[in-house]
Parts: sequence; structure tokens; C-alpha cells
Amino acid sequence: MTKVFEKTKGLTDKPFHYCPGCTHGIIHRLVAEVLEELDVLGESIGVAPVGCSVFAYDYFNCDMQEAAHGRAPAVATGIKRVHPDKVVFTYQGDGDLASIGAAEIVHAAARGEKITTIFVNNAIYGMTGGQMAPTTLVGQKATTAPYGRDASHAGNPIRVSEMLATLDGAKFVERVSVHNAAEVRKAKKAIKKAFEMQLKGEGFGIVEVLSTCPTNWGLTPVEALKWLEDNMIPYYPLGNLCTPEGVK
Amino acid sequence: MAKSKGAVTFNEDRCKGCELCTTVCPVDIVVMNREKINVKGYHPATVSDMDKCIGCANCATICPDTVIEVERIIEK
Repeated sequence: MTKVFEKTKGLTDKPFHYCPGCTHGIIHRLVAEVLEELDVLGESIGVAPVGCSVFAYDYFNCDMQEAAHGRAPAVATGIKRVHPDKVVFTYQGDGDLASIGAAEIVHAAARGEKITTIFVNNAIYGMTGGQMAPTTLVGQKATTAPYGRDASHAGNPIRVSEMLATLDGAKFVERVSVHNAAEVRKAKKAIKKAFEMQLKGEGFGIVEVLSTCPTNWGLTPVEALKWLEDNMIPYYPLGNLCTPEGVK
Repeated sequence: MAKSKGAVTFNEDRCKGCELCTTVCPVDIVVMNREKINVKGYHPATVSDMDKCIGCANCATICPDTVIEVERIIEK
């Protein structure tokens, strides 16, 4: 009898505080599994954001630092420059990274900081109660857009990965999803590749993970995965946008 | 041909009853246990017919709360 799946040592035993069916739990686990598989748990320093995943520092079994809202890439820049031999990553949501932290992520990528960012995009502000985020889809309802996002008033959602892929400093950019088991496995491969790039010292790497927010979308967890697949993927196409030359 | 058989264990008190695991099982044996309520107050996930399990680990892969462990037995 062989164990084919057990809880990774990259996560602590603390139960997640997330709502039932929130895909943060899946993404936390993928990052932790990758760190364990690359045998860098003792060498890793993560930077937690503000938002639903603010308590990420309690869940990852490696050194963690909490950053001010949106400033995780700036904090990670400092940590990586002081400890160039450590694996440094940020874990950020879309409210944190694409809104208040838009400047930090853009300039960290432009400078080609050798850090890895896990960007969880669920198209809404989760922790504060379902307000419209920069990534909220046109027509999608939010507490601050009760009739749905109106592009003529609020503009169109930002495709962060495409924007960052245009910067020379960004060496690895990929968008993945976690709406079924096959996509979860693909997401893990992308996250692993991003961390391997950092170990090679290639430059800035980001993996955008499309995620759900059943509570604020007003759907069951199962319906939320379907909504992600039907609505988010057409606007946020999955795939690799940037890989260093000579790497597959 | 070697046939693989699986065994799944649930850490029931971590389960939040989100039902994602029930949607990915290729042999449709992961169900919610309506007879039971865990410490969090949810109906936890369970397996209805363990003999049918193929040990694919899809349920554990999609579980957001690391409730599930999977073992595989190879029968020759």
C-alpha cells in the first residue's frame, strides 16, 4: 500500500479560517507542496498580504512576514536583496495586488526582482464584504456595483498578467485556474516552474491563479467553480505568457 | 494487468462540507454524510463504497482544507 496523497509538511496543522469551498486552501496547499518538493522549506521566506489571506503566515510552515496592504512586493524586494540566497515569495489577492498594490507589483516586475508572486484573482474583494475590485468582470454584481460593473463608469477589468508580461524584468508569467482536479495539477506545475526560475536567478516570476469567492459571489462552492469556468476564463485566458529563453 | 485499488481517509473534523470533492470523483463514491455533524457543524464528506475507489486522489487534489488522505493498493 502506498500513500498517494497526504498533507504536505509545508503547511502547519492550523485549520484554515477560509469560508467553505474557498480555493485559497487549494492554492496554499499547492505552494506548500512545491516548497516541500523543491526541498526549500527551511530556506523560504513568504510575504503575506492584506485581504482574506492575511493569516497566510499562520498556515505556511516557513518563515513569513506580514506586509502593509499591497506592499508585499516591496517588502519581498528588501528581504531578497538582504538574503539573495533565500527563496522569497509573496502571496497576494487581487484587491491587494491589482488595486492598492498596483504600483509595487509593476515596479518589482520592472526591476526584475528575483522573487515569486502568487496572485490569487477571484474578481472581488473578499474580506471586506464583496466590493468591486479592479478585476471584477463587466456586469458582475458587487456590493459597490449592485447592478453589475458598468464599463462606462468603472472601466474594464485589468488583465494583470498580460500587463506584467510586457515588462522586460518579468521572466515568468502564467495564468492558471483551480476549477477542477486537472487544472489544479496544471497550476501546481506552473507554481513549481516559477519557483525553479527563482532558484536559477532568472528574474521576476508571477503565477496568477483564478479563484472563487462563493460567499461574496452568492453561489455554492460547486456553482462558483462553474461560474469561474464559464465567465472568468473567457476574459482571463489560461496559459503561459512569458518564459525565460531556453526553458520549457 | 495490475489493477489499482484505493483507500481514502477523511479527517472529518477539518471538513467544511463544501462538496467540491463530490464533483470530481470518477466513480461517484464521495458523498456527504447527512447522518453526521462534525465539530464545525457541517455534514462531512465520506465514501459510500470504498471497494470502488481507484485511488486517483482527485478528491484530495480539489479539497481546500486538506481533509483527505489517499492510499493506493496495487492488486496483481
